[in-house]
This record gives sequence, structure tokens and C-alpha cells, in this order.
Amino acid sequence: MTAQQDPGEQLAGKPLAGEQLAGKPLDGVNVLDFCWVAVGPMTTKYLGEYGANVVRVESVKRPGTLRNAAPFKDGISGLNRSAYFASYNANKMGITVDMRHPRARDLMLRMAKWADLVTENFTPGTMESWELGFDQLKEVNPKIVMFSTSMMGRGGPMERQPGFGPVLSSLVGLTNLTGWPDREPVNPYGAYTDFIVPRFAVAAILAGLDRSRRTGEGIHIDMSQLETTLHFSAPVLLDYAVNGREQTRMGNRDPGAAPHGVYPCAGEDRWLALGCFTDDQWAGLQRTIAPDGNGWPYNPDFATLLGRKANEDQLDQLISDWTASWESGALMETLQSSGVPAGMVNDCRDLFEDAQLQHRGHFQWLDHAEIGPYATDRSEMNFSVSPGSLDTPAPLLGEHTAHVLKDLIGLTDDEYRSLEEDGVLE
Amino acid sequence: MSGAPTPGQNSGIDFLLAPYRVLDLTDERGLLAGKILADLGADVLQIEPPGGSPARNIGPFYGDDPLPEKSLFWWAYAANKRSITLDLEQKDGQSLLEKMVAEADFLIESFSPGYLEGLGLGYEHLVKINPKLVMVSITPFGQDGPYSNYQATDIVGMALGGFMYLTGDEDRAPIRISFPHFYLHGAAAGATAAMLAHTYRVTSGQGQYVDVSCQQAVAKTLAHAPQIWDIEGAILKRMGVYRQTSGENRVRINWPCKDGYVNYMVQGGTVAYSTRALLDWAKEDGLETAELDALPWEEFGYGAINPELMDKLSVPLGAFFKGHTRAELVQGSLDRRILLFPVATPSDLDDHAQLEARGYFKEIEHPELGTTVKYPGAFVKSGDGKDIAGIYRRPPLIGEHNTQIYQEELGLSSAELQTLKRNGVI
Repeated sequence: MTAQQDPGEQLAGKPLAGEQLAGKPLDGVNVLDFCWVAVGPMTTKYLGEYGANVVRVESVKRPGTLRNAAPFKDGISGLNRSAYFASYNANKMGITVDMRHPRARDLMLRMAKWADLVTENFTPGTMESWELGFDQLKEVNPKIVMFSTSMMGRGGPMERQPGFGPVLSSLVGLTNLTGWPDREPVNPYGAYTDFIVPRFAVAAILAGLDRSRRTGEGIHIDMSQLETTLHFSAPVLLDYAVNGREQTRMGNRDPGAAPHGVYPCAGEDRWLALGCFTDDQWAGLQRTIAPDGNGWPYNPDFATLLGRKANEDQLDQLISDWTASWESGALMETLQSSGVPAGMVNDCRDLFEDAQLQHRGHFQWLDHAEIGPYATDRSEMNFSVSPGSLDTPAPLLGEHTAHVLKDLIGLTDDEYRSLEEDGVLE
Repeated sequence: MSGAPTPGQNSGIDFLLAPYRVLDLTDERGLLAGKILADLGADVLQIEPPGGSPARNIGPFYGDDPLPEKSLFWWAYAANKRSITLDLEQKDGQSLLEKMVAEADFLIESFSPGYLEGLGLGYEHLVKINPKLVMVSITPFGQDGPYSNYQATDIVGMALGGFMYLTGDEDRAPIRISFPHFYLHGAAAGATAAMLAHTYRVTSGQGQYVDVSCQQAVAKTLAHAPQIWDIEGAILKRMGVYRQTSGENRVRINWPCKDGYVNYMVQGGTVAYSTRALLDWAKEDGLETAELDALPWEEFGYGAINPELMDKLSVPLGAFFKGHTRAELVQGSLDRRILLFPVATPSDLDDHAQLEARGYFKEIEHPELGTTVKYPGAFVKSGDGKDIAGIYRRPPLIGEHNTQIYQEELGLSSAELQTLKRNGVI
């Protein structure tokens, strides 16, 4: 039976009893992190938040994209001033190494002996070009787990295809599914797929670490961001595969509901989303609009879902006329109290003021040496025994080079000085 | 079931999570969490209410035939799982669940907060049966807080998560992706949560409960938009086919072509070669590009293209794209090293060269339908291309594995099984 095979029994002896000494799930897991831009750093941010020792390898000569990305403190650019970088790199240590330096490889192999996990999201072949491919890492650390993610995955004619944020949303078919039917498709906001991939990535990484612990054998995990993101439209792909249908964008409509959309509220660019899938939800909307049981919501054309579907344009217009004088937050509360699924369209200021996100402590503030206090988001999970936490701001460029190399992997002062003098630590 | 497909039979490597069992009580709001663990090799038992999961009512359907065994939504997110039916509201159903919990590693659920507690099946009860159990709850807003009892559908959640305000045309209402993503984000986070809690269990011997919020999961897809409010006090807005690069400057992302749309972001700097190659191609078509050719593209930083230049570029580029098909533009861009990508439709993905080369789609047999169906495959492989995760079993029929689990594993007699069936427990 599966419960008997649980390796926790052999590895850790008896379960802890009574009060917990707030350990974190990944305490003692060492991560050598070559990830950059967004998809990799969001992945390793989860690892750091849940206790792993994450050491990011950066370069003075080629600082990562996000260090140069707005918003900057006081609008002044600077490698240690980006709040974008700072948000995705909380709870990590940072070292600088010139990977093109001939001595960099040996140094990284020493780090690989320390590490349980190596993560990278370069174009496939980059780690191999430094002679730090999985086979070489495994020679010095047979249990090591290596995680590689790239836009298209390793191998195949397009493995080296360069790309960046918004490209993949188009390539994966999500752009074609977003927009108004009478207009051009639009990209889902931002580098959207970069924020889909990390949850699959963390699950796969931890599954790899679990296997390494059980078998004593390391593994190289290769994740194609294209292939991963396709799981967010799998039924659409199946619809083509079996029915030959090419689904496309339909604005805010939904085949199972009417009304279903976003409606204007009082103020500039304020909106409310609502959808009625069931008769009860529609009845709640009717009651809210016309509590006396009279008026347009009771028009027989709207009495059934099929009727509302057939008259959806007219219905949307009538609802818009009604919502326009409401404040969006008040309308959300009113409709929810009548059992109607409704939510205000939060802009980014609203997110900070959102009662539920505040209740969950979604945004946390860290104090950064150059930025000062800045907001970052914690994970979307609450653990009953071993919660994560964000404790330290993102590293300044090279902030932890000496600490990591001397204290964590045990370089002597002489060894460290020699690397420094040779320009390896740049 | 002799000859039943098993994970890893083709690669000779056990899938990563082969030793573990998951009880999956989710409906359409959480199916993906168990699917991710099943793809990684876990033995996932989907526990459906008698008559079948409500997720089976979600279209599209195989052959457009709206039957519970033909829902493509179900197929997509229940494949690899086994199905048993169980009425949790009856005493016998509760007792059977408790028996399975004793032997399970994970339990995932997506009921409304308080539902399982109301049945006496909350975590506080289940942990007494199995202290090592990892239980994950996936709900729109989390287990408590001011919105915890709100009605949520996809559009409501995408609005409250901050995604919609940033997506769509600036002169119209905010927009969602036409294929629902709200619950998928939370469900994917559920898999991450399960693996984090599992990792803690491996070292501590102790299970725990994890509460996942879909709203937070969506709010984590917004890149640096929350930081722009926090640091600059500015509210980022949606901008249709454009993307903001800095201040007032924006570049167009999507362009109409002869038979659809393509993605091209005009940039200079390190990728100036791409823009120059594109302008050269446009010139071959007889379009006027001399003024644009003369610009110092190599010196342009990320946000250098101002609205005036964007307008100028749009004339020849807009005409150029409209003169070619998607296929011509994609092939020509590969040949000329232009960073252009298709706004892909399902058919583009169906015969995508990279996906084919990596063997992404898998034909899975559906014997009842006398056919095979092409499914999206693994989201990770090993670095040398071996299967360590992926799809190997078609989605289960309603209660298909009742006999296997209740009789062969839990030791119920066939008479007992008949009694339970007669009373609607299974």
C-alpha cells in the first residue's frame, strides 16, 4: 500500500509531536539558481519562500533583464532599484560570477556539490557550453536534480528559438482566445505564460527531489513552456482534435450563462463582472434590480436561459444601464448577498485595498537597502503546520558572494581573494 | 485489469511520483491539481458523486453529443485518473472514504468552505485517521475571510484577481480569456501546495492541511503591475494590441495578416537585426522603408519607440503583414532571423514542427468509441528526452474502478457492493 512506502518513515524517524517548531518544507534544500527574467525567478521564489537556500548566480558584466526593468525607486534606473526584480527575488541570496571566465566552471562545480537542485532557464545548450550540463554536474553530485526550462524545450528544430514574454501567449493560442469577436485578438496581460508555468515547475522539481531522495539518483528535468501552457487550453485542443473545431475569442460571453459579462459602474473606468448560470442566480439579479417583482427583468423573453441567450445583446444593454449608477464595490456586495456571482474589476490599487487579499496577507512589504519598503506577493497557499514566509528583500547585485563562497561552500580567504583578483567574481 | 496502461511502461523509468496515492474529491474547480500529480505518476482516484462529476457537463463534447462520457473538459483534466463513485452525504460513503484516507498520501478537494466539516469529514477529523495525510483545499478565495462565501465563476474571479482590468481594448470593457482560467490557476497551485507539504512530510513525518486561494493565484500573474502602483502610484491600464514599454511609449504586439494575425514587437538594441531584416523584406515587396532604415536601431533601448515613430512604422509594416499569410510570414521569419510568431489557432498547434519533433501529442485509445484521441502530453521530460511524466490512460468512465477499489482493495463482497449501489452510495 502506498502509505507504507512513504519514505518519511525511513528518513525522519518518528513524527514530531505536539507543538511545532515552525520549520519550513524546504529547510535544508540548497538551490544553485541560474534562472533569470520572470518564469525562472518566480519558480525559485516559491522555493525560497518555503525555506530553501536559494543562491542566484548573476553577472556584473551582463546583469539580468529584470534588474533593468521599471518600476524603479524614484523613477531613477539602477541595477539595485527595480521593484520588478525585487519582487521576484525575495528570500534569495545573490552572487556574481563571470561564467565566461575559465575558472568559473570549477567554482560552479563546488557549488554543485553543495546543491541539491540546479535551476536554469537559458536557451538549451548554454549550460553545456560552460561544461556544466547535467552529466557533468552529476559527476560531482550523483543525487543532484537539475531543472531546465525553455520556451520550446530541449531538442527539436526550434529549441534555440529566442522569445520573450508576450510571444508565448500568441504561440500557445491564448491570444487568439482573447478579445472581441468583431476586433483583433489581444494578448492576455503581460508575459502571461511566465506566471502559468512556475506552479507546474515547482511540482515537477519537488517530484524530482523526492525521487532523488528515494533512489539516490539525480535527474534532469526539462520543461517546455509551450508544452506546459497548453494544459491551460487542453479542452480547446481536444475540440480541434476530435471535432475539427477552431475555437476563437468571444468577448466576455460564456456558452453556459446569460447574462455574462462586464458592466460599467459609476466613476472612470470602473466595472463589475457578473454571470448567471442558474435560475437561482438570475432570480437574485431580478430581485436586486426590481425588488417589487415588476419591470424589464421579468420580461418573458428573459424567463429562461435559452431566452436570455437569444436576447443577450438587449439584456446586456439593460443591465449596463442599470449598473452605470452603482459604485462597483457596493454593487458587488449587494449582488453577492442575493446569491449572484459578481465581482468588481479590481485595478492594481484596488488589489491593495481588496478586503479578501488583505485578509490573506497577499502583499507583504520588505525593506530593501536602495528601494526602501516595497510590496511583493506571497504564495497563494496557507499551510497549517509549516507556512512559508518572505523575510529578506531581493539581493543587491553580488551582495552575498563572500558569504556564500566562504561560509556555505567553505572557500578559504586565500582562495576567495584569488578568485576576486582574477576577475571571476564579476 | 490485465494489460492496463501504467506510467513509465514506455520509458523504463518509473514516473516521478509513482509510489503515491491521491484521493481527488474535486469538481471542475480543482481537477487540474490531481491531473498534474497523475501526469507525474501518482495513482489518482477521482471520487465522483453517484451519477458522475458535474465537470462532465462542461462542453465541448465529443461529436457535439452532450453526454457525461463525452465531455472534452472532463477528458482533458481527468485523463490518467481512475474513477470511483461515492456519496459523501451517506454514512456508508463517509465510512468508505475514511478507509481510503487511512491508506492515502494526498486528498484534494474543492468544495465550498465548511462543506466537508459539515459532513464530519474535515481535516481535523481525517488527520486522526491518518496523521501523515496531506490535504489540499482549492477555493475561489480561501477558507475564511470576507469573500469566503462569495459565489464565484471564472469571470468574477478573473476580475477580482486583477487580470481583467489589464486585458482588452482601452475603449471597451475589460475582458477575460474566452477559455476559463481562474480555477486552473488555483488548481495548479494546489499541485504545488501538495508537493510542498509532501516534502515537509518526508523530512518531518507529519502531514498537514493547505488552503489555496484562486484569487491570489490570479493576482500573482500580474508581473510588475502591482509594483507600479506601489512604487510609482500609477495604475497600469489595458492597451489592446499594444504593450507599454516606458511612460507614454508603447509598441504594437499583434498585427493582422492575410489569413489571421501575427505577433511582432518592433525592437532595437540587441535585436535590431530582426527589425532590420523585417524592413528589408518589406522593401522587397516594394514598400517605402528608406526613412526607417536610416534610424540607428542598434542604439535604441527597450522603451525607445515613441508614438510618432510607432505610427510611421505602422504604415509599411501594416501593409507588409496584410500582404502575406501566417505561414509565409512564419517560414520567412525563420529563414531571415526575424522574431515574428504566429497568433496560433488550434490547427497551427496540431501540426507544430517543434511539438511533433518532441512527440508532445499522444494518441490514447478510447475503446468504447472505437477510436484514438490525440491528447496534450507531458509537461516535463527528462533532459535526454525520456518519459518521466505524461499521459498514458484515457479518462475514466463513471465509477469504472468501483470493483477494483471497493472489492479488490477494500475487501467488500459483491453482495455489499450491490447493497451500496442499490442505496445510491456508489
